[in-house]
Amino acid sequence: MIERLDQVFVILKHWLLGYLPQSWQTPVGVVISVVCIIGLYPALFAVTTVLERKGVARIQNRLGPNRVGPYGILQPMADGIKSLTKEDIVPTSADGVVHFLAPIILVVTVFMGFAVLPMGRNMVLVDMDAGLLFYFAMGASTELSVFMAGWSSRNKYSLLGAMRAVAQMISYEVALLLSSVVIVMMTGSLSLVKIVEAQNHYSYGLPHWFIFTPWGLAGFIMYAIAGTAETNRSPFDLPEGESELVAGYHTEYSGFKFALFFLGEYVAMFSISGLGSTLFLGGWMAPLAALQFIPSWIWFFGKLFVSMAVFIWVRGTLPRLRQDQLMNFAWKFVLPMCLLNLFVAGLWRFMGDGWLRWVVCSAILILAYVSIGREGMRRKHFGPRSYRYAE
Amino acid sequence: MGLVFYVISFFAVGGALAAVLLKNLVHAALALTIAFFGLALLFLRLDAQFAGFSQILVYVGAVAILVVFAILLTKGSEVPKQGVFSKSWFTGLAIAAGVFAVLAWAVLRAAPSLPNETATPAVNVNDIGNALMGRYVLPLEIIAVLLTVALLGAVIVAMHEKERAGQS
Repeated sequence: MIERLDQVFVILKHWLLGYLPQSWQTPVGVVISVVCIIGLYPALFAVTTVLERKGVARIQNRLGPNRVGPYGILQPMADGIKSLTKEDIVPTSADGVVHFLAPIILVVTVFMGFAVLPMGRNMVLVDMDAGLLFYFAMGASTELSVFMAGWSSRNKYSLLGAMRAVAQMISYEVALLLSSVVIVMMTGSLSLVKIVEAQNHYSYGLPHWFIFTPWGLAGFIMYAIAGTAETNRSPFDLPEGESELVAGYHTEYSGFKFALFFLGEYVAMFSISGLGSTLFLGGWMAPLAALQFIPSWIWFFGKLFVSMAVFIWVRGTLPRLRQDQLMNFAWKFVLPMCLLNLFVAGLWRFMGDGWLRWVVCSAILILAYVSIGREGMRRKHFGPRSYRYAE
Repeated sequence: MGLVFYVISFFAVGGALAAVLLKNLVHAALALTIAFFGLALLFLRLDAQFAGFSQILVYVGAVAILVVFAILLTKGSEVPKQGVFSKSWFTGLAIAAGVFAVLAWAVLRAAPSLPNETATPAVNVNDIGNALMGRYVLPLEIIAVLLTVALLGAVIVAMHEKERAGQS
């Protein structure tokens, strides 16, 4: 029974395919999986927008949406109808073709990333040998769509926002890649299915997730920072800082094209959280051996929702960074820590079992963290704040 | 070969041609991206996953963005009024044709000497890693040094520019 529940979607798909002739089964199976992914994540997006608006409202001591439906849960419906019926305005001087293509390319490349994410036991669209590389290749392509949107709008705010976004995404992509390379070093595989399997064993009822090792924890922190910046979320949301740039690169988009941008960015958050939980948090694995009777897909989507909650919490809590702080942070703190983490992972591999490697690896990482932090803070002067125009 | 090959080739060649012929520099850069994508898809059709995805990651994710950045930072994004052909187009064409001829000659000469494999060779990412860290480690290191030198050079060029701007 437990086994059946765990595989319920796989069994359902096979049952549906059973009615088709042999030669049709493979292509139709792929289409069914793709349709499920394309249907599921926008649905999750709709639910999460309400949660986000409610959550941020609570943090800011407001009520949030509460008019549409009970407790405002039908708000995404109203938003969807509104964006579908709104007029699609394209500026006269805009570059028509590029302006039209940008949101489409964003959404397509973001959804491509889900093709290699294992969402449960045996639930992955393509188990590619180079799955992680495919994911990052698709992630790199989204930068181009952001640039296309900003440039084609012929608006200085759009262009500034796009330049900020691209500079930020390029800088943090290095950190994102380097923090994931550690996992590849330890598992010896780029396939995400194999990475989950490498974490799939328990001792004393506790899981062997990569986050429970010194290099894994450091890598996860770097990954979380870089992932937040990569998806342009607060506190790294300078590209759309509304107090400076109206709305950044999608200032000139309205109606459904704007909705597509919103969807693309939000689904990118799901995707980066999904990859993070696959790499560091054991993917679809249960957090305790005793909890393995709960289906694997519940764990995957549970982890997804927890990390979305953290995203929302961080957005409600932290102030936005300044552009120079952002770049300094990426190149002078995150990047050196990622490189050091690679070294530590190698050390861990060759020191063999035992408690010594725990001490040595943790000591190196903590020392580096403290000294880089101290060195960075030493040149900063924190005096009483002076206001130029407000006094 | 099949239909898919011709569709991909159409995009790769068309993108490359558009990159040369379009007037607007940003459009040209975006067309170049299509050519990069086409090349990556051709790699993937040959079952070379690593090469294909690296092509997208490096060329579309980094090189295309750098090209676009360079165009915007040098104010080259305005559409030129006159034609896009420079005065020395004939020399350029001759050099390009020469390079193409040499490459084509080398490739055609090398083709018969390769083992004529009928089955698809099963090369996975592991083998590529082992080869890069074993047999080809010296070329890899040389490329790394070259890239580092290029990086330092770029930084020095940029710093020099800034100093001069500060003096004037």
